[in-house]
Amino acid sequence: MAGLSFDLVALQLFAGLALGAIYVLFAIGLSLIFGMLTVVNFAHGAFYMVGAYAGLYVLMLGGNFWLCLFAVPLVVGLFGLLVERFLIRPLYGRGIDYPLLLTFGLSYVMVELVRIAFGKTGYPFDTPEILQGAVNIGVGYFPLYRLFVIGATAAVLLALWLFLEKTSFGLIVRAGARDPQIVRVLGVDVARVWLIVFGIGTAIAGFAGLLAAPLQGVIPEMGATILAEAFVVTVVGGMGSIGGAVLAGLLVGVVVSMTSLIAPEMAKVSIFALMAVVLIVRPQGFFGRAGLLS
Amino acid sequence: MNEMTQSLQRTQTRMTNWLDFATRHRASLASLVVLVFPLVMPFSALAVNILIYGLYALGFNLVYGYLGLLSFGHAALFGTGAYLCGIAIVHLGLPWYAAIAIGIVAGLLMAAAIGVLAIRTRGIYFAMVTMALSQCVYYLFYQAVDWTGGENGLRGINVRTIDLFGLKLDFINPLTRYYVIAAFVIAAFFVLSRILASPFGAVIEAVRENEVRARASGYNATLTRLITFVLSGGFCGLAGALQALHLSIVPIEILHYDTSGIVVMIALLGGMGTFFGPMIGAATFLLLENLVSVWTVHWQLVVGAIFMMCVLFFPSGIWGTLIARVKP
Repeated sequence: MAGLSFDLVALQLFAGLALGAIYVLFAIGLSLIFGMLTVVNFAHGAFYMVGAYAGLYVLMLGGNFWLCLFAVPLVVGLFGLLVERFLIRPLYGRGIDYPLLLTFGLSYVMVELVRIAFGKTGYPFDTPEILQGAVNIGVGYFPLYRLFVIGATAAVLLALWLFLEKTSFGLIVRAGARDPQIVRVLGVDVARVWLIVFGIGTAIAGFAGLLAAPLQGVIPEMGATILAEAFVVTVVGGMGSIGGAVLAGLLVGVVVSMTSLIAPEMAKVSIFALMAVVLIVRPQGFFGRAGLLS
Repeated sequence: MNEMTQSLQRTQTRMTNWLDFATRHRASLASLVVLVFPLVMPFSALAVNILIYGLYALGFNLVYGYLGLLSFGHAALFGTGAYLCGIAIVHLGLPWYAAIAIGIVAGLLMAAAIGVLAIRTRGIYFAMVTMALSQCVYYLFYQAVDWTGGENGLRGINVRTIDLFGLKLDFINPLTRYYVIAAFVIAAFFVLSRILASPFGAVIEAVRENEVRARASGYNATLTRLITFVLSGGFCGLAGALQALHLSIVPIEILHYDTSGIVVMIALLGGMGTFFGPMIGAATFLLLENLVSVWTVHWQLVVGAIFMMCVLFFPSGIWGTLIARVKP
């Protein structure tokens, strides 16, 4: 590794963390929904894509990026509520495959609707002016926007942690994930809790899509790629574990960015190699409960 | 017992006999349908597509319908069969039958590689792992530009004549092409029917129905899963090889996750876990796609919506619902 200086590696590490932050945001929504509802949301990528397009639409209407940060999760989350209430709810109790298949069909519909509304070709998404440029982080200059992505992810995680650990509703959510039957017996409307959790999950997916938009542009197919990669994150971290999603998301981001430094053509494949290793050593992932596997 | 119940019972017995007969000769019956099929199709290219996708779904259904594991990575098996068959012809200059054999073996090996990893997981985990691994296969083939043509796909798989024991068949003639491909599909019907009717076929369904009981009866559930997945890879590899010969190119999209999704839709539409379901599903899906794409470019919207409707209201699929109606 003669050509690699310490600074370059450190900068690439930060780039990996910023990439990982997007994975984390995407995967915690997926994991939250799975942990509560045991629904693998195959439309999660589509919600992510809708988040990016919703941001684009707000900008087209004359809004600014800061407005997007609030409007996009709200809109995508409300959309998620409708999807849960009218499409997923009828399928509870009919086996674990059906919600998965339904959301898969839904992702086709969502992608095609966006193609109708916005066209097949992509759009660039300008980085907000105040977040352009780079700052010195000690080892070199680093794009400000990527730092912002890391910060925003940390804020979402903190808010989610406070919500789950410190509010009474969060207590119900955690209890419901363990044993919905008992929670129902205690007089809690579990259906409503699931509805809200699905809404929160999709809102976070939309937020992740918005944050990713200035980094990679906006195209209708953007959700499909990250969905496969997020599955890797969830499998590595352990299904249904939020802590696992955070750790694995950052790890996957760093692995991708380090591989692209050493062997760029292997960057995409390295994610899956990581998953293969984890599956061989620990099939349930870092923090997965073994019981979820059967 | 009055007359009406008697006549009802007679009808039921007749029905059962008929069903028994149909089940015993399912492969022959399916072959008959396949042989007359091009006569009722609008154009024979569509008929060939239905055969190939039907065969692909047949292989998928072995894992999803009979074993009860939802795989979202079957595109890797289908695509590997297609690519390796194409590479055998384009880069190695092998004859067509050797290329098809290589396609089948490639499907088996790829299924073994994916299976060994994915079989460690169960349920929806399995769907996620197979999808992720097939995405990995996509990138591997995408990167190997010298062998696969990368983004442009593998071109130049020109098979014009098929030599068969001194007989030269014109593979460009659409009807000849159909029947050459149909011969392989019919062979697959018989092999699949044999597998399902064998004791091993019973173990496959036993593992799906109650794994604990199957284990207690002394069967190795994990090994059964793996072998079934590998067998499924053989059928999908054959389907891919035929697709390569039919299209004379292998586009990189064959490995895309849409190709994995389409086969799930086809199996669900036709009826999972039924022998005729995959073919019926393929015919319905491709005819639907053809009809809708005449009417609008956004056929994926319509197809996706119909798929959602099927999941919500029609989960047994066309053939599954028919069977449930007819069965006494």
